[in-house]
Amino acid sequence: MGIKPNSENNSSTGGDIRIKSGREGLMGWLNPTRYGWERVSYWLQRLTGVGLLIYFIGHIYETSSLVNGINAWNSMLELTQTTGGHIFLLLVIGASTFHTVNGLRLIFTESGIGIGRPGRPDYPYDATSLNYKQKSGIWVALLLATIAMLYGGMVMFGDVN
Amino acid sequence: MWIRMSEETKKIKLKVYRTNYNKEESPHYDEFDVSVKRWTTVLDALLDAKSYSDSSLGIRYSCRMASCGSCGMKINGRPRLACYTKISELNDQTIVCDPLPNFPRIRDLVTDFTEFFAHHKKIEPYIQNERVPIDVVKNDDLVEFKQTPEDVDKYLQFSYCIKCGLCYSACPTVATDTKFPGPQALSQAYRYTADNRDTGEPSRFNIIDERHGIWRCHFAGSCSSVCPKGVDPALGIQLLKGHLIGITKNDKKIATLRSKEE
Repeated sequence: MGIKPNSENNSSTGGDIRIKSGREGLMGWLNPTRYGWERVSYWLQRLTGVGLLIYFIGHIYETSSLVNGINAWNSMLELTQTTGGHIFLLLVIGASTFHTVNGLRLIFTESGIGIGRPGRPDYPYDATSLNYKQKSGIWVALLLATIAMLYGGMVMFGDVN
Repeated sequence: MWIRMSEETKKIKLKVYRTNYNKEESPHYDEFDVSVKRWTTVLDALLDAKSYSDSSLGIRYSCRMASCGSCGMKINGRPRLACYTKISELNDQTIVCDPLPNFPRIRDLVTDFTEFFAHHKKIEPYIQNERVPIDVVKNDDLVEFKQTPEDVDKYLQFSYCIKCGLCYSACPTVATDTKFPGPQALSQAYRYTADNRDTGEPSRFNIIDERHGIWRCHFAGSCSSVCPKGVDPALGIQLLKGHLIGITKNDKKIATLRSKEE
């Protein structure tokens, strides 16, 4: 009698015992609030990264309209002058600021800098790597993204030039 | 002085994930009303339900003291050890128990660890030391390596791993990449890298430095936040990345042997 792991999401026979994959897949990412700030940062870094990639492709499409003449270029620019266009640009400002600042934090932490040193763990076993020094990088990234979005909003919707 | 312990009992609802793929049983939750006291653990409550309500309830457990790592499960949305989680600390009238995510499910709360242990074995989790003379190994002359307490502190916390699988089930990369070794195996790779009795770095680095290897970790920190033993796998993995890219200095001096005569 034996069991055999199955990576598919359907139940199957592995030896004598039927088992089913319990892998969370992308569904596991839907709620980033279960494991602390680092998981939220991981989720936002992915989300803003994918968002900025989509923006980058759209930006190339937008600027390439210049080859069709000045009218095509102007009509493309008009899209960004609407309320929806302004909100979209605000999201781009927020996403790029957060992604850059949090990315700098990740360059350091993923190189082993600012995450502490190994030692003898004592109850209640607070993890050294989840320290406030590196965690504050997430808060700074969120704060700067908010400030950048507020300033962008004032420029686009208000009187600031 | 005696401290009077509260004998107050209260009723909670235990919602347990049930399924049996051998009987084509579709997954559902069974509810049990259990009387608990301040110090009742989730494992105690599950065993109460198994003893007095439904003996077919599938649970795996052994030591009841967070040493064996058998009773890992998802409790109220987070991977935890059932024996190490008091119901009173959850502050909830309903306790929901699910099998550990990212592990194949066998029955009810019991999951299969075959793949998890295979990842652990793959990173060669044992001391390798090419400087030990062959005749010493053959004749069983080896007594011990010389290590200072400071040398031990560099890897000790990682050797506290009980292989409960909580870190593996919390990891978002494991959730989407079946070939990723996971935080447990990678932190053990660091454990042996930091151990000055070991010279197996080149071999181990070859195993983890690949497409589905260590670089898939992006420091979500979930592994360290759920670890019940303070292993802090995220710390080991980031330090290991530092070693691989040459930023963190590896100043380890390989331990010398103490002979029988010394």
